[in-house]
Amino acid sequence: MIVESGHFALALALALALAQSIIPFVGARLNDVALMRVARPSALAQFLFVAFSYSALTYAHIVSDFSLVNVIENSHSMKPFIYKISGVWGNHEGSMLLWVLVLSFCGALVALFSATMSDKLRADALSVQGLISAAFLLFILLTSNPFMRVSPAPWEGRDLNPILQDPGLAIHPPLLYLGYVGFSIVFSFAAAALISGRIDASWARVVRPWTLLAWIALTLGIAMGSYWAYYTLGWGGFWFWDPVENASLMPWLAGTALLHSAAVMEKREALKIWTLFLSILAFSLSLLGTFLVRSGVLTSVHSFASDPERGVFILAILIFFIGGALALFALRAGALPVGGLFAPISREGALVINNLLLSVICATVVIGTLYPLALEALTGEKISVGAPFFNGVLMPIALPLALLMPIGQMLPWKRGDLSAALSRLRVAFLIGIAALAVFLASYGAPYLSVITASIALYLIVGGLSDLFQRVTVRNDGARATLTRLSHVPLSALGASIAHAGVGVTLLGLAATGWGVESVIAMAPLKAYEVGPYQLMIEEITPRQGPNYSEIYAKMTVQKQGVTLGRIEPAKRFYQTRKMARSEAGILTIGLGQVYVAIGESHPDGTLDARLYYKPLVTLIWVGALIMALGGACSLADRRLRIGVARRSIALRGGEAPT
Amino acid sequence: MTRKSKRLTLIVGALAMLGVAAGLILFALRDNIVFFYTPSELAQKTLKPGVRLRIGGLVKQGSVVKSGAQDVVFIITDKTADLAVSYTGLLPDLFREAQGVVADGVLLQDGSFRADSVLAKHDEKYMPRDVADALKKQGVWQGEKK
Repeated sequence: MIVESGHFALALALALALAQSIIPFVGARLNDVALMRVARPSALAQFLFVAFSYSALTYAHIVSDFSLVNVIENSHSMKPFIYKISGVWGNHEGSMLLWVLVLSFCGALVALFSATMSDKLRADALSVQGLISAAFLLFILLTSNPFMRVSPAPWEGRDLNPILQDPGLAIHPPLLYLGYVGFSIVFSFAAAALISGRIDASWARVVRPWTLLAWIALTLGIAMGSYWAYYTLGWGGFWFWDPVENASLMPWLAGTALLHSAAVMEKREALKIWTLFLSILAFSLSLLGTFLVRSGVLTSVHSFASDPERGVFILAILIFFIGGALALFALRAGALPVGGLFAPISREGALVINNLLLSVICATVVIGTLYPLALEALTGEKISVGAPFFNGVLMPIALPLALLMPIGQMLPWKRGDLSAALSRLRVAFLIGIAALAVFLASYGAPYLSVITASIALYLIVGGLSDLFQRVTVRNDGARATLTRLSHVPLSALGASIAHAGVGVTLLGLAATGWGVESVIAMAPLKAYEVGPYQLMIEEITPRQGPNYSEIYAKMTVQKQGVTLGRIEPAKRFYQTRKMARSEAGILTIGLGQVYVAIGESHPDGTLDARLYYKPLVTLIWVGALIMALGGACSLADRRLRIGVARRSIALRGGEAPT
Repeated sequence: MTRKSKRLTLIVGALAMLGVAAGLILFALRDNIVFFYTPSELAQKTLKPGVRLRIGGLVKQGSVVKSGAQDVVFIITDKTADLAVSYTGLLPDLFREAQGVVADGVLLQDGSFRADSVLAKHDEKYMPRDVADALKKQGVWQGEKK
């Protein structure tokens, strides 16, 4: 009964989404306030119905209701409780339902935090948001119904894919979806601006917090996914340039560009059209990512089962929204007023270069991801484009971008003085050059690591220089310095922190070149060198888990006879699916890690193992956390907080509420 | 500078950057593309040894021979043609006989294949699409369990 009401709630949500997309839109055209105000309650109700539907599916998973196809295929009565909950989105149908849940959640957020914007803007934006919801609800109901029953119900389910039975599943998809779908809000506002033909700085002020929110979630989601892949796949890699990973990187790059161009638009009313374009692009790339992952065009752990009908449906959604938005853009963008002027050497100029470089990086990732698909569709030739391509193209673009980032921060708006900016960065330059010399002397090769690490250190120091100089402008004691720190606008603080975060990640990436890797057959009670440490197997024994059995090796990590810690790399075997999975043993020492994945054991008592020493590797993810922290700082800025755009609108005498 | 010349500078700058990026992309694509073949497709081509390739198919039943600690040789088949593959290192968790694999590596003088990475996918739901396509073409595809 609960399951059926969940299904029914989903159909009602579709009806509400359609109402939300049509009635306010008509109201906005007729200038009828009553019709426009249908937008908010319908968005809230739609969210409640989708949430109910989602809870019904979760309930079926928790009580192991094996009369549901979705539960049979992805659950097992012995499955640990947390995976019963997170397993709801560990399959195609459930993950699409999560997608729609997040989508309607975003719509509800807009409805709740839009008291300050004009009725018309809210009506148009929520109507576009409703249309997106309607499309995806229809997709679920027609092609991916998670509430399908089966009779007779089997006694036991087929369990969740072991690779997905990991705490990562509880965190990675929700964050990633909040990021993907968060951009739908920005997309809806862009479409609303194009429909009404009105756009100004207050629009940017409305949109920027949503962009930040989506960007923060996407940053954390990508970092989490990367760390999950790192510890679970047993290859020691954290990014494989797999199309599915690129699918999340593309909207992130577009979103990062959008954050920066929206800043220009908000402060200086320039780059309006470009900002609108990026707003459309960020969500379009999210849709493209969804299509690539969900349509079965690509095969990976992410794509679950493939079904051509679904692929065509998502492609239709993709073409409708991207094509529609771009057509609207082409028709209306020319008529929008042009904004403020600026000199090439200025904050605006620097942000334009930032946008150019980020767009080129984004385009490269798009090409590298789609080219093999296009080539196969056109010629039948199958190729793979991997790390050498992406590293080869992206490094020469990303490193100059990293060099320019602190310089841009130092330039004032409108017109700047390059030599003054550079001289404020002299400490950063000196540290970068000193680092270059030290790294060259101590490591020598690989040069790419040496150069990247030096630039990374320059970026960390340079990113924080502006902040440091603002706060210590006079030497008048710690208290005055702290007072000044508390007066730095949070958005400027956020920018400094986020830029330093990029530097931290870059440093972690650079250090991968100095890691050590070896594949050996390890005999028990014998020490093996890996980097500066020694590893020893104490014992190899079997162990029984809740729904798997495993063989694990008790190992100690030592440095010159002192035991630093123990790790237990294991090989697990999941009975239900007859699948094996490695569990890497990882010991974090300082900022680096010792990483061990084990393979088969031999009759002579030795055990195949892959040993890694990865210096500074944790910085890759720590940097992403710092970036997200910077974003959160910016989001906390009073001027930028969600829903506070009115005061500034009122001050600037902008659109009055209709 | 006038508005027009500023815009021109911006456009020229953007085009120059796009040009550089396009050059980098083309250069990288020329050098870093790896073609995917099945053993029977490979048999029809005459490729020079040393070319980087990606080979997909099934691990032939009974063909896996381990020699030494980490060395392994096995045969990748698509039921029409066979290809001998040698590999040193840990095999993935899901590597099993009669299962789909994809091997990256180079072609050797003697016509065998030296893999530097071996990827295995599990049940047919997760079989690499390349392999599934090739097997479908050969008519040995078992079909997806529905």
